[in-house]
Amino acid sequence: MALLEVRDLKVEFRRRGEEPVRAVDGVSFDVQPGQTVGLVGESGCGKSVTALTIMGLLPKRGPHVSGSARFDATELLSLSDRQMRDRRGRDLGMVFQDPLSSLNPVVPIGLQVTEVLERHRGMSRRQATVEAADLLDKVGIPDPRRRLDEYPHQLSGGMRQRALIAIALACRPRLLIADEPTTALDVTIQAQILALLANLVRDTETALIMITHDLGVVAGLCDEVNVLYAGRVVERAKRHDLFAIPRHPYTHGLLSSIPRLDAPRGDRLSPITGSVADNIPWTTGCAFAPRCPNALDVCVEVTPEMTDDVGVPDNRSLRCHNPVERAKRDGEALV
Amino acid sequence: MLRYTVRRLLQLVLVVVALSLLLFAWLRSLPGGPVSALLGERATPALRAQLTAELGLDQPIFVQYFKFLGRALSGDFGVSTGVQPGDSAMEIFLQRFPATLELSVLAILIAVAVGIPLGYLAARRRGGVLDNLSVVGSLIGVAVPVFFLAFVLKQVFAVELGWFPTTGRQEGGLDATRVTGFFVLDGLITREWDAAWDAVKHLILPAIALSSIPFSVIFRITRASVLDVLDEDFVRTAESKGLTTPVIRRRHVLRNAMLPVVTTIGLQTGALLAGAVLTEKVFAFPGIGQALAIGFERRDYPVLLLLILCAAGVFVLVNLAVDLSYAVIDPRIRSGSGGGR
Repeated sequence: MALLEVRDLKVEFRRRGEEPVRAVDGVSFDVQPGQTVGLVGESGCGKSVTALTIMGLLPKRGPHVSGSARFDATELLSLSDRQMRDRRGRDLGMVFQDPLSSLNPVVPIGLQVTEVLERHRGMSRRQATVEAADLLDKVGIPDPRRRLDEYPHQLSGGMRQRALIAIALACRPRLLIADEPTTALDVTIQAQILALLANLVRDTETALIMITHDLGVVAGLCDEVNVLYAGRVVERAKRHDLFAIPRHPYTHGLLSSIPRLDAPRGDRLSPITGSVADNIPWTTGCAFAPRCPNALDVCVEVTPEMTDDVGVPDNRSLRCHNPVERAKRDGEALV
Repeated sequence: MLRYTVRRLLQLVLVVVALSLLLFAWLRSLPGGPVSALLGERATPALRAQLTAELGLDQPIFVQYFKFLGRALSGDFGVSTGVQPGDSAMEIFLQRFPATLELSVLAILIAVAVGIPLGYLAARRRGGVLDNLSVVGSLIGVAVPVFFLAFVLKQVFAVELGWFPTTGRQEGGLDATRVTGFFVLDGLITREWDAAWDAVKHLILPAIALSSIPFSVIFRITRASVLDVLDEDFVRTAESKGLTTPVIRRRHVLRNAMLPVVTTIGLQTGALLAGAVLTEKVFAFPGIGQALAIGFERRDYPVLLLLILCAAGVFVLVNLAVDLSYAVIDPRIRSGSGGGR
């Protein structure tokens, strides 16, 4: 059975006197125990809101959530605030994008690690301090005992993100959600952090949801990839299949917008034109149709459903009337 | 830290000396003077000349100033001519300073004890009834003149209802023992509970009047600061750890939200004296504010000079305390400039 089953998740932000904005519009995906699943898409596609909804971290007033998110047979969306508080940090951990602003500037690193141990693992401050030093050591922070007394501003960006990962994994959660964990870091540090995450989730058999706009991150880390567009999953495939044969024109576009070292000189990058619309037009036709090079008449009239893709031999789901033909990318292996 | 403190204390000395020069010149440029105030308009020129010479006011101003400086170094700030004629300025200061300090401390305590929790609650329930009511209340608090509020409080709670005494620091008949000059403290030390309670009763109305502006400002700053901090990423991180609400509130929200509030408390404490002049006048409270008011009416140079210098000194000291407490609260300041932001 899947560790996490998200079904038809919808999140709508309603403000008085304004049109409601639907940030997530029926997202469904599974995460198996120990599996690493990518949620990929450009800004505003609903990937972060999906994560915050699963964690129960959306603001109390404003958003309207429907659908289902079952974690280990428990419906997370119907848990009370208190029940959710007991799960967060223990069963579900989260790592955020900006490590500097995500750490409390006036509280020592040590306390920021120990407080979660004291809360969920019933440790005394003394036990928790020993454990915290051990955790910092595991995430590759040198001289961890001294670091416990330091403040976030005394650590480098990479060290801060390591500390946040230590905090998120402190209680050995079964699911870790990482929301763009490397976006705010230098490129060299990005690779280290990704390698660290990959090792940690493998060693501890933690399932990981990796949220990113960066297909490079997906290529290095994820078992399965969900490509999101305008609040819905448009393509789901195993990592290698997706990179070998992107079927959805949007996925194809994403891959084609990446500069490649082995491309012939003078070859131009082909960006996806336009930008993602604010409010989601899935009601009539495909939301990607206005930007889609493959769009047919049917694409603006009939909303495509998520179906098993019979055009390829692998096990893949697709939401498209006119997918990219395999021939177009023959001979190209992207990764 | 120690070097910093010493440097700031040296600055304090410079500020006080420079201010004394300015004040000295400014006071003597005011129309009228102690001689007219003491003798009235119709005194004979001979009498005026005699008193002017006695007070040393016939000498050039810089001579007067250096004589003042010389005596001041040995703690002699001259003799009062108007507030309590014949008493030394220092005596008056020592008598009245504890009164104003008691009043100010109580006023700031009220402002902090009500302003910070209310600001926090208003921010947590933004847009709710409590929020709207207290925002309007704080607007009224800064808008209503202190003397008017003092007068209304006195009229309603002292005159009409009779719950509190109308004037002074202590009932005359009590005959309390004096130890420190702080009447509440004296009552507690000597175990004269009735005297302590009576002193408190005398303090309550003026302290409430005096706290109206600092309360309003502290409330608004706390509310705005908590609203800012609630939106911070690290609060979301704390929530993602499943921490309990009291821990998040104390450790993550309030500790960060207090930085601007502490500054505000310092500035407001410094500004209390302005309110104290009016409040003490309404309640005939024998503190520094009242002495300043009388001193100005009667051109009591020595008393005015000493009291204003001390007020300035207190202001500088309070701000030093604020800066030092900043370093205690915020580790980024403690370790100097090496930091991310």
